[in-house]
Amino acid sequence: MLKQTEGSRGVAEAVALCRPEVICAYPISPQTHIVEALGEAVKSGALAPCEFINVESEFAAMSVAIGASAAGARAYTATASQGLLYMVEAMFNASGLGLPIVMTVANRAIGAPINIWNDHSDSMSQRDCGWIQLFAENNQEALDLHIQAFRLGEELSLPVMVCMDGFILTHATERLDLPTAEQVDAYLPPYEPRQVLDPKDPVSIGAMVGPEAFTEVRYLAHAKQMQALELIPQHAAEFLQIFGRDSGGLVRTYRTQDAETIVVALGSVLGTIKDTVDEMREQGHKIGVLGIVSFRPFPLAEVRRILRHATRVVVLEKSLAVGIGGIVSANVRMALSGVHLHGYTVIAGLGGRPITRKSLHKLFREAERDELQQLTFLDLDWDIVHRELEREKQKRRSGPIAENILRDVGTVAARAV
Amino acid sequence: MAFQPIKFYQTGTFTVGNRLLEADQRSVQANTQRTNSLNSGHRACQGCGEALGARYAIDAAMNATHNQLIAANATGCLEVFSTPYPETSWQIPWIHSLFGNTAAVATGIAAALKVKGRHDVRVIAQGGDGGTTDIGFGCLSGLFERNDDVLFICYDNEAYMNTGVQRSSATPPAARTATTMPVGPEPGNVFGQGKNLPRIAIAHGIPYVATATVAELRDLEAKVRRAMEIRGARYIHIFVPCPLGWGHEAHDTIRISRLAKETGLFPVFEAEHGEVTSVSRIRRKLPVADYLRPQKRFAHLFGEPARLDIIARIQAVADRNIRRFGLLEEEVH
Amino acid sequence: MDKPFAITLDVGSSLANRTGSWRTSRPVYLDRLPPCNHACPAGENIQGWLYPAESGDYESAWRVLTADNPLPAVMGRVCYHPCEDACNRGNLDTPVNINSVERFLGDEAIKCGWKFDPPAHESGKRVLVVGAGPSGLSAAYHLRRLGHQVTILEAGPFAGGMMRFGIPKYRLPRDVLDAEVSRILDTGVRLKLDTKVDDILAAMREGHFDAAFLAVGAHIGKRAYIPAGTAAKVLDAVSVLRGMEGEERPMLGRRVVVYGGGNTAIDVARTAKRLGATEAIIVYRRTREKMPAHDSEVEEALQEGVMIKWLSTIKEAGDASITVEKMVLDDKGFPQPTGEVETLEADSVVLALGQDVDLGLLKGVPGLEIRDGVVQVGPEMMTGHAGIFAGGDMVPSERTVTVAVGHGKKAARHIDAWLRGRRYTAPARHELATFDKLNPWYYSDAPKTVRPTLDILRRQSTFDEIVGGLDESNALYEARRCLSCGNCFECDNCYGICPDNAVIKLGPGKRFEFNYDYCKGCGLCAAECPCGAIAMEPEKI
Repeated sequence: MLKQTEGSRGVAEAVALCRPEVICAYPISPQTHIVEALGEAVKSGALAPCEFINVESEFAAMSVAIGASAAGARAYTATASQGLLYMVEAMFNASGLGLPIVMTVANRAIGAPINIWNDHSDSMSQRDCGWIQLFAENNQEALDLHIQAFRLGEELSLPVMVCMDGFILTHATERLDLPTAEQVDAYLPPYEPRQVLDPKDPVSIGAMVGPEAFTEVRYLAHAKQMQALELIPQHAAEFLQIFGRDSGGLVRTYRTQDAETIVVALGSVLGTIKDTVDEMREQGHKIGVLGIVSFRPFPLAEVRRILRHATRVVVLEKSLAVGIGGIVSANVRMALSGVHLHGYTVIAGLGGRPITRKSLHKLFREAERDELQQLTFLDLDWDIVHRELEREKQKRRSGPIAENILRDVGTVAARAV
Repeated sequence: MAFQPIKFYQTGTFTVGNRLLEADQRSVQANTQRTNSLNSGHRACQGCGEALGARYAIDAAMNATHNQLIAANATGCLEVFSTPYPETSWQIPWIHSLFGNTAAVATGIAAALKVKGRHDVRVIAQGGDGGTTDIGFGCLSGLFERNDDVLFICYDNEAYMNTGVQRSSATPPAARTATTMPVGPEPGNVFGQGKNLPRIAIAHGIPYVATATVAELRDLEAKVRRAMEIRGARYIHIFVPCPLGWGHEAHDTIRISRLAKETGLFPVFEAEHGEVTSVSRIRRKLPVADYLRPQKRFAHLFGEPARLDIIARIQAVADRNIRRFGLLEEEVH
Repeated sequence: MDKPFAITLDVGSSLANRTGSWRTSRPVYLDRLPPCNHACPAGENIQGWLYPAESGDYESAWRVLTADNPLPAVMGRVCYHPCEDACNRGNLDTPVNINSVERFLGDEAIKCGWKFDPPAHESGKRVLVVGAGPSGLSAAYHLRRLGHQVTILEAGPFAGGMMRFGIPKYRLPRDVLDAEVSRILDTGVRLKLDTKVDDILAAMREGHFDAAFLAVGAHIGKRAYIPAGTAAKVLDAVSVLRGMEGEERPMLGRRVVVYGGGNTAIDVARTAKRLGATEAIIVYRRTREKMPAHDSEVEEALQEGVMIKWLSTIKEAGDASITVEKMVLDDKGFPQPTGEVETLEADSVVLALGQDVDLGLLKGVPGLEIRDGVVQVGPEMMTGHAGIFAGGDMVPSERTVTVAVGHGKKAARHIDAWLRGRRYTAPARHELATFDKLNPWYYSDAPKTVRPTLDILRRQSTFDEIVGGLDESNALYEARRCLSCGNCFECDNCYGICPDNAVIKLGPGKRFEFNYDYCKGCGLCAAECPCGAIAMEPEKI
């Protein structure tokens, strides 16, 4: 069913079709619209049976989901940014215990300075917490990935995080094809937990494991994610059959067939990149795009297979590993181990900074000329940076960086004496 | 009183059992068919009050629910000594998630059971004082506020024992811990307002709050039984001495509990919907020094010179409890 | 369930971890000797019979009791109950009223007609018992139960000895005594009354007895020289009390003076009151603290109007008055005359200055040693003459019914062994269950039940029994006040309070066992055992 709706509402409707049994919610922008819609559905009885629990923190939200999942309920929650970090301890726990919770992360920057806009710092910070991470390119895919996430997580007994760009997707209204309940039911069987808290068959879940078995437990977690590498394409294929839509999978390629330059990215920025690529293709540039859907597990083989014939790779990512550079690019380079090509890391769109076609055109052309720095910050205002660095060099107590920069930019300059 | 005291003449209602009682008057612990929810082979220290309190409480809850029980457990001694891979001592469906989230995990379990229509299965969350009054307090308060259908049991041994006896917000004034050493002019833990979680629980207005000690089994069992008769958020705070952390003899665990109650330092009472409904009176009032002296964590109060000033301040705490809860008044029938 | 590796575990798997290896000391169950049992001259297993009484199983209680003492209804009236003085409950509130429960059981047995079991086998041996007092009856009973043929020869017209001729009816109704005596005789003990033995060896020969137990009471009142006028009426206490059993009651007059300070003096003074004396005055040389009579009896006598002149001796008895001299105690506590005298009106003077035993039957028996008017016996109650044993008032000892009953039992065991050519060795005594071995917290507050006492007017005028018995609920209450010192009474404390579930409950009457596979030796069970029936022992390395 086609419907003009907001991304958050679309995701909420897709989640509701997955018949979650326990939903826990704590407000943080920009995920709020999703759980608001779900809360209303539960309260009205449209989504039943389901318990919607307004918890007192994200830490509690994930913990309630852990309890619910361990007791055999399909559990869902959503968060972003600081909220994700606040539930970190519980996230490691959920994956360690093998509980197939599905969570939407409406990607947002992490403070300080506090910033509510989109980048991938939040979910990237959790890339090693044992969750599967799927990145949506657009709202339709976000919606579809949630349905696939429940299927995948429950089959593997692993929690799955569906990442969608905050505001850019969550708050964007566009035409969405909403599946029917029959379709979802046909695709997603009821949750059959691998282990469950049940007086009929009591078990102790969450033992303390010492050096004698800890490595094996961790390896098994890794092995499960390796199994996901096989399952994800199968699930996407089945999804195509039932829903008639090609959604998900490990990676998506765009005009990479004969590309000398391939741009690698995740999430909604892929749209802008593709538009830019289209324009450059018209001008005869041999450029293509590799979109990564499954960041965890990271599809090393797929990425290698696609990139190995290119001359250069530009990894454009919305997060920064301070002190080294790219996160996605480090993963891509691991995929390309032994393959000789030029590789560039571009940090872009931090804290919601727009990534424009104009900037991308300039960037990709520099790349083609191999004039790009190994680590490039897209549209970085060097003047501001230099001024601040200079200030700090001269004066020990030079004041807060953010304030200084805002003053330089002129936002608060009017009020300054 | 939480229960009708039975006059055995010989042993009062204080012993675990009595051969002269009718079957339905016997304590759960007296029964050979008791669940032993926490089974032998656990690695708790000798004379562990928490191991004892946990078996008392969970067995009673199992009895009250016809064995339809699930428990969530906070990180801490109780968790570590009961479930080191490859052995668990628990005989019930049990989950350990984290230190601070036990109440929320239990809320999740309760929500799952509700959705699945398993109204017969009941949920208990349990932890030590750290997992309750400190790191677990946020989730616990949330559970209280939402009135989730969970009984939370705190086994209070007044410090972080698992990590080596560091102070918690339940550590009493003047007590020695690894982070409140008995040095300087104010040795041991500070005299603060304390964090009396039973009273905080009462302030939440939840349907049921009770305190108990491992020295009065029948009272404890009655309270667990009462708690399981009620739906919604319930809280039981059980006083469980720690021979290792408190520095008393392993065989004194129950005696110390008794002394805590008889001195007035640990008031034993029940409250429903925000109001205290019953108080377990002091049977033979004793000075706080009788309670403090057998514990090495208070040894600095009895050195040369004895810190009579500090003992007097602790006595004042006990006296305030006695006044506040009417611990010495005659029982009104 | 296909459980995830290591994270999820099968319930109860910790049983593989045998924590018993941590132990440095181990708890053991033991029986300690309750102080009541320890103090009982008759060797009763008091805690042992209170135990079934607590559950209302009075017949079992009575059977445990009578395994040691065949006269519970008597003893429940006349025993001065040293058990109660020793009772640990006295440290809590008041001692258990053991004596009244014993009486209840004795009375219950009479009411219900409970009988002793006949002996399991006959030994074919014959034993002569001389004297049907408490000691003789006790010995006869125990010997009979051990399978021997027993004949009692009694000089008097009734069985009971000093129980009949020395203890007034108001303390021991005769129907009670008769009932308990006849129950002993029902086991096959033969009793010949009015048969005085003058020559024990001849009597044994004639009756073909293999052994003899001599239990002749002290029936001869001691005389003291008191200058007396011819008209003065001076009697001895034993004769007065014996006279109470005859057709004619003794004529004592309105003003009776009793001389002495023992229980017999009190008995006579109280008897005189009941016979109509307006004044019954006891004259005693020393002070109340020094008086050998039991305090409760002195108290009851005073309540009944008996007067006592302390620190006084009788110097002279006239026909209607006596002269009394005041005494003072010297620094050694002995009374010394002061020369100060007074005159008391007295229709009669009864001397209660102690009694002697008629040892005439021992004449010509070789090997005997008689000293201070009593026959000496060894630790086995045997006299210097093989096969002749003695007990009760005849041997050096305190002269009470309870001691006598104890002698009878002890002698019977040794006679039995001697007849079989063995030696009887009493089982080793357990360590005493002193109060410090108990955890008294567990006992609820329950002061003792006071037995109903007859109101004062009736006591002064009649020979009705003055101390009533307990009714069933009182007796039960009283029995349940027993702390069961040193002996497990299955309170389940050890079973309940073990943090390691290392106590196995074996079921009603079977007590408990330790599971040393898991017991860590914390000692909580021993500390919290109310009755001190668990001890901690160092673990052997």
